Amino acid sequence: MIALALPATTQDEGGFSPPTIADMHLPPLFSIGSFDFSKHTALVLLSVVIIAGFFMYAARKGSLVPSKMQFLGEFGYGFVRNSIGKDIIGGRDFMKYVPLLFAIFFFVLVNNIYGAIPILQLPTFSHVGGAYFIAAMVWVIWIALGFKKHGIRYLKLATVPSGVPWYLLPLIIPIEIISNFLVRPITHSLRLFATMLSGHLIVMVAGSGIEFLVMQENILLQGTSLLVLAGAIAMYFLEALIMVLQAYIFVLLTAIYIEGALHADAH
Amino acid sequence: MNEAMILAAEGGTNPIIPNGWEILVVAISFAILMYIVVKKVVPAFEKIYAERTEAIEGGIAKAEEAQAEATAALEEYKQQLTDARTEANRIREEARSEGARILADLKDKAANESARITEQAHAQIEAERASAVASLRSEVGSLATELAGRIVGESLNDDERSARVVDRFLADLESENENAGAAK
Repeated sequence: MIALALPATTQDEGGFSPPTIADMHLPPLFSIGSFDFSKHTALVLLSVVIIAGFFMYAARKGSLVPSKMQFLGEFGYGFVRNSIGKDIIGGRDFMKYVPLLFAIFFFVLVNNIYGAIPILQLPTFSHVGGAYFIAAMVWVIWIALGFKKHGIRYLKLATVPSGVPWYLLPLIIPIEIISNFLVRPITHSLRLFATMLSGHLIVMVAGSGIEFLVMQENILLQGTSLLVLAGAIAMYFLEALIMVLQAYIFVLLTAIYIEGALHADAH
Repeated sequence: MNEAMILAAEGGTNPIIPNGWEILVVAISFAILMYIVVKKVVPAFEKIYAERTEAIEGGIAKAEEAQAEATAALEEYKQQLTDARTEANRIREEARSEGARILADLKDKAANESARITEQAHAQIEAERASAVASLRSEVGSLATELAGRIVGESLNDDERSARVVDRFLADLESENENAGAAK
């Protein structure tokens, strides 16, 4: 919040004005009514083309001895299918959820990686809407699965942990309801959004900081921009790691929620 | 804090308030992606997986088949070998019994033959004896007649004389016999 307030107090004095969250929203390329077709919109659409294009191209031959592209595609698909779908959901019917997990993982991954690619340089989940949508979809799916599988009994299974003394139940049940049904989708979406936003902000701050320092007249002060550059490069790689990691965490949690709903009676 | 809230409200940039259009864009994009993934991507990769599994397991099945065939052939050869051995044993056994039979036959035959030869010899001896007896009889008759004549010719009363005649006759007979034996 201090960062948000900073521009208001320093801008007029001609000092350093760091980028704000407002700078995350670039001007639209064109508008139809209230709909702004922005870089953000274009990138989201592009991600669909990239993912579908890559995997369909990789799998087009379907040879037993894979080419490099096919190997890469199989590696990506196999990772979601086996490491996430099979290992976490498991059972005989995990294949039903593989398309969902696959689509979520690569959709989030590609949209995050945008932030590490020069020129594109905008992780689309730094805008909260997309994160809300995916998290809400996952929330609806796992709750629906829970009720479909266990019927109304699912409410009890999901909120009354076994082995808890009866006199603690009045305390436990509200906590379970809040943590399972209310907090989960919020943390699920905000975790992704916040890491992407902060990562992007750090890169922007570093960028504008370097620019500001280079514009200074004092040569020593200009020299310090090198320090900022070194820091920015380190942060860039950290951000790249976080982008991949967040995509993994997001889909991992999706799988865990689905598994929890399917096997609510075993927990 | 207040200042920040005001700023956020003014700029419309409270980061956790979503833009409806952005939600719609992500929703539509994700729906399209999901459709392609369900219809194309997952089936394509599952097909590759299945084919590869098939190829590997097919290879294993083929190897197992070959193994089974080899085992069957070995069984067959063993069976044939056993058959051949049994056959050989049977033939050997047959030969042995055949040999024994032939030997017994031969023995039988030899015994018969010897019996026959003995029989024949006996018969011949008997016949010769009979003829000898017959000739002896006729000879004894004539001799007796001759002897009687001689005895009558001399004196039938003289005992000493008749005894000498008989002795002489018998001595003649003996010497005749000896001569005949020597001539023989």
